[in-house]
Amino acid sequence: MSSSPAARIAPYLQVAPLALVLLVFFGLPLLLVVAVSFFTYDEFEIYPGFVLDNYIDLLTSRVTLQLYWNTIFYALTVWAITLVIGFTVSYFLVFHVRTFLWQLALFLLCTVPFWTSNVIRMISWIPFLGLNGIFNQSLIALGVTDKPLEFLLYSDFAVVLAYVHLFTLFMIVPIFNSMARIDRSLIEAAVDGGAKSWQVIWEVVIPLSKTGIALGSIFVIALVMGDFFVVQVMSGGQSASVVLAMSNEIAQLLYPPASASAVLLIVIVTLMVAGIMRLVDVRRELAG
Amino acid sequence: MRRQSSDRRPWTFYALAAFFTLFVLFLYGPMSAIYILSFQGPSGGLTFPMRGMSLHWFAALFGQQRTGDFLGSFLRSISLAAIVLTLTVVMSVMAGLAFRRRFVGSTVVFYMAIASLIMPGLLISLGVGFLFHFLGWRTNWYSSALGAQLTWTLPFGLLIMFAVFSRFNRSYEEAARDLSATPWQTFQHVILPILAPGMIGVALFGFTLSYDEFPRTRLVMGSRNTLPIEIFEMTTNVTSPALYTLGTVTTIVSFIAIGLALGSIALIQRRRTRRALGR
Repeated sequence: MSSSPAARIAPYLQVAPLALVLLVFFGLPLLLVVAVSFFTYDEFEIYPGFVLDNYIDLLTSRVTLQLYWNTIFYALTVWAITLVIGFTVSYFLVFHVRTFLWQLALFLLCTVPFWTSNVIRMISWIPFLGLNGIFNQSLIALGVTDKPLEFLLYSDFAVVLAYVHLFTLFMIVPIFNSMARIDRSLIEAAVDGGAKSWQVIWEVVIPLSKTGIALGSIFVIALVMGDFFVVQVMSGGQSASVVLAMSNEIAQLLYPPASASAVLLIVIVTLMVAGIMRLVDVRRELAG
Repeated sequence: MRRQSSDRRPWTFYALAAFFTLFVLFLYGPMSAIYILSFQGPSGGLTFPMRGMSLHWFAALFGQQRTGDFLGSFLRSISLAAIVLTLTVVMSVMAGLAFRRRFVGSTVVFYMAIASLIMPGLLISLGVGFLFHFLGWRTNWYSSALGAQLTWTLPFGLLIMFAVFSRFNRSYEEAARDLSATPWQTFQHVILPILAPGMIGVALFGFTLSYDEFPRTRLVMGSRNTLPIEIFEMTTNVTSPALYTLGTVTTIVSFIAIGLALGSIALIQRRRTRRALGR
């Protein structure tokens, strides 16, 4: 590497546009949300100030606890399910599909829905799960039940199902990526050393795909914690999440309380993600 | 694991293959339901059974204004996605190049990108809304919504560039330099062609993530909607199959984008193999 002055300033010029956009449209807005969370307000306007009322209301409300309990319940349930599916699918693709072309084709088959609209994919469950939906009618035709099942749509079940449907891809892609990079000779060595196949998975495959697992977990947890429209539509208004409640506050122009609730959510999501990143050094594995 | 002895597949293969098939059915099954339902007859409803087959609802979509400003929001979404695509490709490639060297603040930029990626979309929307409010600017799809969407596509682009550069063999560049190519020539004739498939990947991300984006755009669109917001509003007040028809139409657009991207990557790869064989 030459170290002429031009070469030394090059990286700064190259990273400047991206850094600037993130600073203006992410960093600055975030600071404003924090600032507004200390403002006062009435029905018409928000007023600059420094009061803790918004936080006191938020932290002493039982609704907050209920919302977080709901949201974290969804996040952990969806995380566990997508992790199992994501790991199993990637494992199949990487270690059981033998030709590269098949691997690529099946991988693409899994990822294509990712490129289509989330809203559309979510509402496509409605004709499927409804009282006259395909699923209920098949059950009745098969004689499994004589009355349509009601819990299928507009319930926690429907919410979790839609999340899994939308977000499993975020688990598959990173896990597939790190599994595909595992050196096959390590596995052969383990087999030669007398390891059974579950031992190979537990002692070799899982530790070596931990970057993918960590990245996928970060994606899925952050996506579920930040969602509002799946909860709104799929629970039929019977359940709520933190961001849905926030969205309702925004609709009523209650900006300072909505901002306080946003700040609390940011703190909690950041703690969860930092926890995962402590376990796995994602950056070194990505950039290194 | 099992390749040493014979070619017979173990039972686990069949179990996993069955699991995989179920998963694919789970992914595509419900989506196919709405494609079928968008061909409902004129008297058909939101659910099965089908009351005849027709293109009635497609005609309704492009015809009267009963379904809202479909064409306008569609064109806005496409234009916005095209701008986002261009900016995302250019800025991610540049930043990817920067991250190959050490520079002060690289850690800060990296964590800012990750934070921007995982931040709940509605919070970004709220914050960008505040920014424009305090500056006294009007929110618009080509200003505030564009910026809000970039906070989502740029981190993805950067992560893809990391993956691309981690497999990048520097000896090509060094060879070019030894043959006294200028930095710009090296970039244009060596780096850029190698990066091309990865850049198409970033472009596909940029386009589809923007075209389908919804929480980040929601509060900062100004007075006119993008397509996903239009669709979301339809879910609460439209009770005709027009909703599914719109879903089918947007999915076709997404499929065209995917087809174009994958097709051009395949084309580049084929040309490369042919050139390598010809030598």
